[in-house]
Amino acid sequence: MYDKLIYEISKKDRIGYSLPNDDVGHFDINESLTRTISFDMPEVTELDVVRHFTRLSQKNYGVDQGFYPLGSCTMKYNPKIDEEIASNPAFTKIHPLQNATSVQGALEIYYETSRLLSELTGMQEFTFNPFAGAHGELAGLMIMKQYHMNRGDDKRTKVIVPNSAHGTNPASSSVCGFDVVEVGSTAKGTVDLEALKQVLNDEIAGIMLTNPNTMGIFERDICEIAKLMHDNGSLLYYDGANLNAILGMARPADMGFDIMHINLHKTFSTPHGGGGPGSGPVGVVGKLVDLLPNPRVIKKGNKFDFFHSKASIGAISGFWGNFLVVVKAYCYILSLGKENIANVAKLAVLNANYVKESLKDTYKLPITGLCKHEVVFDGLIHGQATTLEVAKRLLDYGYHPPTIYFPLLFHQSMMIEPTENESKETIDDFIETMKIIAQEALKSPELLHNAPHNTLVRRLDEVKAARTPILKYKDLLK
Amino acid sequence: MSKILENLKYAKSHEWIKVEGNIAYVGITDFAQHSLGSIVYVEAGNEGDQVEQFVAFGAVESVKAASDILSPISGTILEVNQEVIDSPELLNENPYDHYLIKVEITNEEELMNLLDAVGYAEVAK
Amino acid sequence: MYKYFPHNEPDIKEMLQVIGVETMADLFTDIPQGILNRKNLKLDKGLSEIELRQKIGTIAHANKQLISFLGAGAYDVYTPSIVGALLSRQEFLTSYTPYQPEISQGTLQYIFEFQSMICELTNMDVANASLYDGATATAEAVFMATSQTRRNKILVAKTINPRILDVIRTYTKYRNMEVIVVEENDCTIDIDDLQAKLKDDVAAFVVQYPNYYGMIEEYQKIVEWVHNNKSLFIMNADPSTLSVLKTPGEIGCDIVCGEAQTLGIPLNFGGPYLGYMATTNQLLRKLPGRIVGMTTDADGKRGYVLTIQAREQHIRREKATSNICSNQSLMALNTVIYGSLLGKKGLIDVAKRAYSNAHYLYQKLLATKKFVAITNKPFFKEFVVQSLIDINKLNQYLEAKGFLGGLHLGDGKYLLCASEVRTKEEIDKLVNLMEEASCTIN
Repeated sequence: MYDKLIYEISKKDRIGYSLPNDDVGHFDINESLTRTISFDMPEVTELDVVRHFTRLSQKNYGVDQGFYPLGSCTMKYNPKIDEEIASNPAFTKIHPLQNATSVQGALEIYYETSRLLSELTGMQEFTFNPFAGAHGELAGLMIMKQYHMNRGDDKRTKVIVPNSAHGTNPASSSVCGFDVVEVGSTAKGTVDLEALKQVLNDEIAGIMLTNPNTMGIFERDICEIAKLMHDNGSLLYYDGANLNAILGMARPADMGFDIMHINLHKTFSTPHGGGGPGSGPVGVVGKLVDLLPNPRVIKKGNKFDFFHSKASIGAISGFWGNFLVVVKAYCYILSLGKENIANVAKLAVLNANYVKESLKDTYKLPITGLCKHEVVFDGLIHGQATTLEVAKRLLDYGYHPPTIYFPLLFHQSMMIEPTENESKETIDDFIETMKIIAQEALKSPELLHNAPHNTLVRRLDEVKAARTPILKYKDLLK
Repeated sequence: MSKILENLKYAKSHEWIKVEGNIAYVGITDFAQHSLGSIVYVEAGNEGDQVEQFVAFGAVESVKAASDILSPISGTILEVNQEVIDSPELLNENPYDHYLIKVEITNEEELMNLLDAVGYAEVAK
Repeated sequence: MYKYFPHNEPDIKEMLQVIGVETMADLFTDIPQGILNRKNLKLDKGLSEIELRQKIGTIAHANKQLISFLGAGAYDVYTPSIVGALLSRQEFLTSYTPYQPEISQGTLQYIFEFQSMICELTNMDVANASLYDGATATAEAVFMATSQTRRNKILVAKTINPRILDVIRTYTKYRNMEVIVVEENDCTIDIDDLQAKLKDDVAAFVVQYPNYYGMIEEYQKIVEWVHNNKSLFIMNADPSTLSVLKTPGEIGCDIVCGEAQTLGIPLNFGGPYLGYMATTNQLLRKLPGRIVGMTTDADGKRGYVLTIQAREQHIRREKATSNICSNQSLMALNTVIYGSLLGKKGLIDVAKRAYSNAHYLYQKLLATKKFVAITNKPFFKEFVVQSLIDINKLNQYLEAKGFLGGLHLGDGKYLLCASEVRTKEEIDKLVNLMEEASCTIN
């Protein structure tokens, strides 16, 4: 197995680049301003670099090669036509501070995508400045806070978050200066209405919910929850991580949500890139539009322009967000069109329920009944191996494991989301493998305890990594 | 069943305290180290810091979790146990042998707010 | 049927049967009637690839690609051909965050190499796996400082990009932190004003390097005062200049952050870009975002994992220092490929070229007598001049000829940049056009 750092294949005087002749003349930098400490970057050829990173790529696993049943991540196919279109120099070679008149195409894409997302969600307008879902949450909560400040109400210091929520929800609330109030779930995994009524008072700014929730269950009482919150003078924030379950079938604004974010890299098929770049556009209802981060894109006649609102929460990004990611999402929506958009949710939900029925005799199903686009199991029924061990053993069969240990409500959580792109054959193979592993746990448990066996590296020592951190190449030389 | 020592007092938040006159030694319990898993990092304030009963003065981190450490007593930190800072795994090996801080107590009456071994056994189930 | 959906009628029928329902509609009985399919969505029919190429092609036509002499936070840089080729590999492009390290060693290793490169450029102890962009990275650095010092006032130099200041203000506004601006004098930090404002409730002083006007400021004394005040010194630094300029580590920085777009990422109309952050060993545990560390596997083989994660949102939840959940992985890969390819010699070469190009342009502009020097302080690849030509009209003229002029800062102050990609020919042409323009305007 290739195991070299780029620094380790470096050889003195090698170069990997060429630049045009430098003929403006010689200009010296004052020595007092220059770097005195040595500069040790690799010296390698172009082929060295290409081979190095090609070999690194071969240690990874992408959606293009196989199934990624990661709950809450919506690992759907990333269409290549979207990649091709986003790589157009008319998009990659324009400066963000060019005059609006010279970037009408870019502004049109921002405007149109906002319009399409608004149509799909019922919101009035979207901003594309947030770079990721968590960033969108932060912006959305800032809008919530500013809304109450504008009402002259400084008592609204708390946000309600279900105890099943994703970690970013309470973290974003804190980073925005809110205190978090947790509300419990029913045995069915939905928000406990009675518990919710208990915590409602004039200190509650709003509630953060995802629907379906992190257990893949639709909050049927959502309209009642919305009424309770609005009667209390509070707002509702929708975490769009699970939007794939209802896309084209139901709209968050119709449920009563006031603010939401979408993960373009989940629901709208833009590639995850190993951890980014993503995009977390934030949409709001009419009364909150002026609070959106600056600037927004508006249309005057048939011309597009940037608009800075005085009522805005301010700037949350250096420029206008991850433009190329928005281009890809725009292409995806245009490709699907009206006739296909509702089938995304239908097929995703079909796939998840099929997995649920097929595995419920082998894995513990804590919540029975219809699920939406993802299903949560709570470990093996016979309990002879942990979820972690099952996940590691799945690696030996060439699968990326599902999401594990989330949601926190169950101790052996395993969340499976088979997106609408996955065929019955793929899912049947996965189901079969999960059953085989369950059998192995009974007959040859050591296969699971020490898994994975067949991957390029086996179980890694995370304790060692945290106790003696080696975080850069030069740490090795010490 | 986690280990609990008879002669110590405990806080609900899984810290132990050993009192010698107006000096106290503070550490984390067996239940705490077991819940955290392999401890990788410890932060325990600095010499001279003021600590307050039931208020966080430091944190302990494992690969999977991070937890604040609350002081079971108010006072001034006389000493931080550097051995534990340098080798956090000692807390997993024997949490009662390795204190985190040595404190000069300011209010002995606060000890009444703490649990004895029997009381703590109810909490550390 | 549709190209992204594999299910045919028999599949659907069989699956519904296993589930125990009759129709697809039965899968949505959990959604209240009042919400389900409430709106007849106003969307057009789906477009085929051929139609999509045509439609977006038309839209793209309304964007003008110009020869850029504009910086102000985004720079026209050289993106090597291998970057696109390597980034489009499906194992990099379509893979998930490396939470299962056994099958993500590719991603984890390039992030480790990225961290190494950032530490090498900045001369700091440790770097994280990247953040969204330079402006938000600076806001995160501010939060680190307030958390570490337990003070809630932040001093920010006026000579920082105003958009970054705006982001810091927005982030701190909702958390009871106060931002105080330290005035400028002669395009650099007003030392007297800084001293007056350095009180014992100040968590940090934030500067930009080179500053918004492209100037290289004198930091030695400033760092001393800041540290004597027990505050942290935060530098938003352009990493592409650090192969040549005195490093933040040498200067004595506590936290370095900024925009790494200048390391080979195309302009992209403002995004995706790449925020980076590096700090000292003392502040390691306060670093937001992900960090990759080296370790060994069960067989003793070398490998990489996400480490020191207990700080992160998914474990600490409301106690987390930041809510950041992702980085800009693929852009980090872009920069580490660029940095490796150009290497030691190339990164120095590129920085020197930008320096030379900008100084050549500056000389030529002053020689026209249509532009006047504002300051004598040293600059790197960007500078400000006083324009005697109406800047708005000048920029319009230049745009019509295919050039992107500098930024009008107000009062006739003109911020221009000549990056490493500009040629002598282009610079000469720009100056000629400006002289032409001055005859037709005014």
